[in-house]
Amino acid sequence: MLKALKGRFEQGFRTGKFPDAPPMLSDRFPGRPVLEAARCTGCGACMRTEVCPSGAVAGKDGRPEIDTGKCIFCGACAEICPEKAIGFSQEYRMAAMTRRALVVRPGEPYIPERPTNREFLRFCGRSLKIRQVSAGGCGACELDFNVLGTLAWDMGRFGIQIVASPRHADCILVTGPVSRNMLVALKKTYDAAPRPVWVIASGACAISGGLYAGSPECLGGVEEILKPDLYVPGCPPHPATLLEGMLRLMNRR
Amino acid sequence: MLPMKIGNGMAALWREVPVCEMAEFRAWLREISETERRRIAAFFAVPDDEQFRLVAVAEDAGGCGFALCSVRVCRVYPALSGEIAALQKFERLIAERDGLVPEGHPYLQPVRRLREDEDGRGFLAERGAAVHDVAVGPVHAGVIEPGHFRFECVGEKVHSLEIALGYQHRGIEAMLAGGPDEKTLHLMETADGSSSIAVATAYARLIEALSGIAVPAETVTLRAIALELERIANHVGDLGALAGDVAFLPTASFCGRIRGEYLNMTAELCGNRFGRNFILPGGTRFGLDAARAGKILDWLRRVKRDLDGALKLFFDSPTVLDRLENTGRVSRETALHLGAVGPAARASGVARDARCDFGWSEYAPYAACECVTEETGDVLARARVRLRELEFSHRFLDAALAEAVRRPIEAVRCDSGIFPAADSIAVSAVEGWRGEHIHVALTDSRGYFEVYRMVDPSLRNWEMLGMALRGEEISNFPICNKSFNLSYCGHDL
Repeated sequence: MLKALKGRFEQGFRTGKFPDAPPMLSDRFPGRPVLEAARCTGCGACMRTEVCPSGAVAGKDGRPEIDTGKCIFCGACAEICPEKAIGFSQEYRMAAMTRRALVVRPGEPYIPERPTNREFLRFCGRSLKIRQVSAGGCGACELDFNVLGTLAWDMGRFGIQIVASPRHADCILVTGPVSRNMLVALKKTYDAAPRPVWVIASGACAISGGLYAGSPECLGGVEEILKPDLYVPGCPPHPATLLEGMLRLMNRR
Repeated sequence: MLPMKIGNGMAALWREVPVCEMAEFRAWLREISETERRRIAAFFAVPDDEQFRLVAVAEDAGGCGFALCSVRVCRVYPALSGEIAALQKFERLIAERDGLVPEGHPYLQPVRRLREDEDGRGFLAERGAAVHDVAVGPVHAGVIEPGHFRFECVGEKVHSLEIALGYQHRGIEAMLAGGPDEKTLHLMETADGSSSIAVATAYARLIEALSGIAVPAETVTLRAIALELERIANHVGDLGALAGDVAFLPTASFCGRIRGEYLNMTAELCGNRFGRNFILPGGTRFGLDAARAGKILDWLRRVKRDLDGALKLFFDSPTVLDRLENTGRVSRETALHLGAVGPAARASGVARDARCDFGWSEYAPYAACECVTEETGDVLARARVRLRELEFSHRFLDAALAEAVRRPIEAVRCDSGIFPAADSIAVSAVEGWRGEHIHVALTDSRGYFEVYRMVDPSLRNWEMLGMALRGEEISNFPICNKSFNLSYCGHDL
């Protein structure tokens, strides 16, 4: 017991300062893409099919838009651009409440969406119980969601908690493109949750199928069967992106 | 009959893979499966006119790497699994994927398809007054991937545990055929998201072998730095989770935080906490300059002190040791029989580690490779293997990063494009944190993948968990499961 107390003392207080201070990010962290309209010559190099592995770059007249709901943040489009018109910022606040807001368009200033769902705020504004279902997720989204429960992030501070049964859940957080083999289990989990119930799609796979869109063994993301209330881009989303998104959905920041 | 020899990360012409008689093939495989220093790495079917070729890739530790041999079979052939248990899952995969019928297979259940119905028909069933089934999953209570576990219990004891997976099947191997293309590397990285660096490295080595690309030694070291960071992060996470499962909360909370530090070090290296988009065929996306290497080195040393404290507390507690000792034992004989690999095999006294067995040159200048083994094969042994491997990984990183401070590593890329040789076969093995990842690719006449097989360590280890549970109480399942911490998606692909 004394050893445990000594260990506790030596480890110190380790919960990060987020959200009061911005999260510590590597200078190589690829956040929300930035399109510089002035530099783009419309050559269309970034939109060639062999560039983006998940088909996130598309647009008209050779001028791209980037769908962060598909993007895996590999940076291939930025590397191919001869004019350096595509970049990845340090902006980690990428979660959105509408699918449309995930698309980055040239020249549009970015302001994270504010919550509009009154019913959600009334039920879950101060307490959000989440049941997580991995439906073909590769493990990374799951691991970085789990991380929010550790003392480094301690999402329990905000009333966000992972629950072990859909019966206790306000919200289903889905990761993965929804593999066909998980379709029944996902539907059953959703049906087992008391109403009202909300849905979070976390990661490119869950939002759009990501890399796996088009595989005959998968659906193209959770949207094919359930309507998400929060979309969290990334492959996998950084814990700060996910936590910030949930807090914003709860109107806690 | 002489099997073809091929080194780790080397390519050869497909037509040079020998075809032998079934009796010889069978005897050869049996001999391999019974030898500790050798093992069956991959086993798959390739369509061949009206028939099929069954190709076996065996590893020969201390030898030259891999030995390849094949046999021609018709659609129906006598199963090999009856006498060579390590082949059972490979034969089931061949039956599922290629439609072959291994006649007399003792357990011909689907691997990545779901069983006919979910009411339990299709599972092993026992009869008797005290017998009952406990069905768990596919969705589990925590934040974890899906899989179905079916315990046949006699009274309080688990008599057998049947593991039915496939829920994570995304069809990766089918998507890889016709590659490499812009997706291939990223499919690799997400095949098992917790081993992105290991899998991407195995893929990169394979492509380099097929395309004849030579990578500088510094780049290879840089990849090993990333790989060891991945190993440490996951081992720390596993030890913390084990602490959580025996309700030893101090270490559980400390390790949860400390694991994140290693992930952040990986992000410092390449921007992503899982090392995504870092390893490229022909190089790495980023280099490692002196300032960055120094920053990571200081960080590593600081965190190591916290880690030592957290783990010492855990391994010094009699209540913890009592809970882990003699729980979930797998004998050395069973581990060998099943063809187990990685820390789980090493905990049962089977000395298999691709880092040592294939003489990885990248480790040699910094730390002598040691294959850490334990004898008891219980949960404690699996925890101790991780504990001791952490020491090696830190020693290596300390030396390799200190060298990078003196001599920065440049990013190297293959800009001229990648052109795999036609009609060739290549094999590569990388020791990830769960064990060795084996990749085998066969190219067509234009150099595209005709067959790409990834053998995740979990594919070879899941049966071990079933064996560990025999005779245990069901309440020991969480710590047994965590002591293996196998991948669902790596298995299901």
